Amino acid sequence: MALLEIENLVVEFETASGPFRAVNGVSMKVHEGEVLAIVGESGSGKSVSMLAAMGLLPWTAKVTADKLTFNGRDLLSMSANERRKIIGKEIAMIFQEPVASLNPCFTVGFQIEEVLRMHLGLDRAARRKRAIELFEAVGIADPAERLGSYPHQMSGGQCQRVMIAIAIACNPKLLIADEPTTALDVTIQKQILDLLMKLQADYGMGLIMITHNMGVVAETADRVVVQYKGRKMEEADVLTLFENPKSNYTRALLAALPDNATGDRLPTISELFVDDQIEGAAR
Amino acid sequence: MSQAAATSAVSTDPSRRARLAEFWYYFSENRGAVIGLVFFIFLVLLAIFAPLIAPHDPTQQYRDAVLVPPVWQEGGRADFLLGTDAVGRDMLSRLIFGTQFSLFVGVIVTTLSLVVGVVFGVIAGYFRGWVDTAIMRVMDIILAFPSLLLALVLVAILGPGLVNAMIAISLVYQPHFVRLARAAVMSEKSRDYVVAAKVAGAGHIRLMFKTILPNCMAPLIVQATLSFSSAILDAAALGFLGMGAQPPTPEWGTMLAEAREFIQSKWWVVTLPGVAILITVLAINLMGDGLRDALDPKLKRS
Amino acid sequence: MSVILEARNIVRDYHVPGSFLKKAKTVHAVKGVSFSVEKGKTLAIVGESGCGKSTLGRILTLIDPATSGDLLIEGKKIDIAKGDLTPEMRRKVQIVFQNPYGSLNPRQKIGDILTEPLVINTKTPADERRDRAMTLLKKVGLEEKHYNRYPHMFSGGQRQRIAIARALMLNPKLLVLDEPVSALDLSVQAQVLNLLADLQDEFQLTYVFISHDLSVVRYIADEVMVMYFGEAVEYGSRDEVFADPKHSYTKTLFAATPRADVESIRARLAKKKAA
Repeated sequence: MALLEIENLVVEFETASGPFRAVNGVSMKVHEGEVLAIVGESGSGKSVSMLAAMGLLPWTAKVTADKLTFNGRDLLSMSANERRKIIGKEIAMIFQEPVASLNPCFTVGFQIEEVLRMHLGLDRAARRKRAIELFEAVGIADPAERLGSYPHQMSGGQCQRVMIAIAIACNPKLLIADEPTTALDVTIQKQILDLLMKLQADYGMGLIMITHNMGVVAETADRVVVQYKGRKMEEADVLTLFENPKSNYTRALLAALPDNATGDRLPTISELFVDDQIEGAAR
Repeated sequence: MSQAAATSAVSTDPSRRARLAEFWYYFSENRGAVIGLVFFIFLVLLAIFAPLIAPHDPTQQYRDAVLVPPVWQEGGRADFLLGTDAVGRDMLSRLIFGTQFSLFVGVIVTTLSLVVGVVFGVIAGYFRGWVDTAIMRVMDIILAFPSLLLALVLVAILGPGLVNAMIAISLVYQPHFVRLARAAVMSEKSRDYVVAAKVAGAGHIRLMFKTILPNCMAPLIVQATLSFSSAILDAAALGFLGMGAQPPTPEWGTMLAEAREFIQSKWWVVTLPGVAILITVLAINLMGDGLRDALDPKLKRS
Repeated sequence: MSVILEARNIVRDYHVPGSFLKKAKTVHAVKGVSFSVEKGKTLAIVGESGCGKSTLGRILTLIDPATSGDLLIEGKKIDIAKGDLTPEMRRKVQIVFQNPYGSLNPRQKIGDILTEPLVINTKTPADERRDRAMTLLKKVGLEEKHYNRYPHMFSGGQRQRIAIARALMLNPKLLVLDEPVSALDLSVQAQVLNLLADLQDEFQLTYVFISHDLSVVRYIADEVMVMYFGEAVEYGSRDEVFADPKHSYTKTLFAATPRADVESIRARLAKKKAA
């Protein structure tokens, strides 16, 4: 059975100039212990579809779907209270800006213990012990010492490690990473990706990696969903996608990578890919 | 990311009209703001066409009609709809002419403190260092006094009168604009487009007033509307204390002061100018809130 | 080949003033960097955040003065701290910033943004200014009808084109490109890189291309300088640096860059299966 199952998800935003459809009929499945990458450029609706699944969108968004289940339970009909019990515990999420995702007013130790208290109800001593364990698991040196630090005293990479520690605190079944390394340097990105892959394997979590970086996809994913302008263009396992892409959009995207440049000019999407082909590919 | 796309879709429409429509969309979300705006427009029209609308001359004293109650009360007369005051002047006409003075005070005080405050604020925020310190310490000193007390002292020095009251009030309001402008300039100054203008060779004056200032206007406009109402209120207070407009000027605060002795017997002489001040200030404040919702990009996101 | 830009031992220190409890200290952002760029070539400065590459970029663009060292543009020494920055010199170096959303004044129309450098630096009459702006607007792939629009009506890629057009208004010799494509989508990135290559060919422009993205650098650069904590740890032609990195940091950097080719995916999947 699939861990997260989305069928025909549509998200619309109410704006001053009329409704705006950010996600248009996207379907996907994530299985236990699988790494699914969702790739797309800005405006492709890749983050919005995940936020919608988690019910984290503002009230201006209208979310509809034929099916939206987590572990067999329907997320759409669930009350906000029930949903809150699942999110943060069984589904965890990490974001692009690690420093901004942490509350600057509290120590990182307080923030991780808060999660442990709310979702697991551990007592003070157990919380602290578990927090230290988690910091060790995500590779923070000197964990006991580091618990007393404030986010601004840590680097971006360290903050992302803290975010990951908070995310895995309750042994989630599914971790959604929304551009987890975009704000980080290449060498740090490598460390964080390695860490995520290791944790994913150790905990047997499902991992959804939202990214725009084809390199990150190539280095992490088992299966890939390609999105463009709110639609799903292609879904394939990672090797097939890079070796033999089905949709024109994916082909254009791969050709636009500077690594694959052959001449002295890069082929651009508009040359290779015309908008009306989207309709064909989506069908 | 797509959320950003959703909000930017609002503003990608090219025409100016669309931008106005967007402004109106956010402004009209706030019902109070629209009511405030409608009432404010009504006040402006009232002030402009006061001589045409008012049934009587506001300073004309009808000796035969002293302290006539409003028309719906016993003893009221049809030609004095809201009654008359202690020397037989028509209340309605005086209130209508009073809008002229109130709006005049609001406009002059706000413009004066806005212009001077912005100049000092931009200079302080742009140059920093000792210029900043000097300007800001002076502003801190002004802020350290209770505002009405300081205005009173200033009027006492300059001599009572509406013009002097306005000068005093604008001086008291200045620090708010200086601080706001300074903070806005400081945050805009490090933006890339300012550096780009510098690379293009722009000098200090151009950078300050042509490049940076237009981008700092939103909070200043909001502050200006809010001080517009406070200025009316303070001018009324000074008038009430006898330091503002002098009788027989039909200024609301002055009218209140003149009617003090009737506070228990002839309610309309006291209540009506008070209500006029209340409604006007409320309307402008509501409008200011709406403006802030529409102009502040941070609130717009949510 | 003539050398357009030469830097000799550029140093930039930031003085962090002390407070009641803290001692004043000096931060060395750039520690003695030397290089030169020939006309029509591209030097890429690579490094991670905080390595001093942007600080160096600002020094090269004559925005901030260097603490010490010599900066020569077309063989002429410039020290803006001494105030010998003439409009003539100013025109020779222009910059394109990373974030296309912050680098255009939101209250100015595109036409005003483009003509502003001419208004400030030259006595060109208004209709000539307009003509030149129109020409460049078309050159960077936009249309005449965009002249009277505001920046917020454009996408990130279009804004970056506008920023490039503005940089070219004064006919500069040297363009400092501070991460010009890192805020853009992959497809748009390719378009902007192509545009930059076209413009370089047409106007014989010299680029200093600051970036953290090795795949872009490998594509666009003639020479590469790798910076690490304010020092240039590697400097050489592109092929030399990519084929045979000398410094351990450069090697780490190359190893960390994710690879998007089929062989490395195969290798990874095989390794995963084995584990």
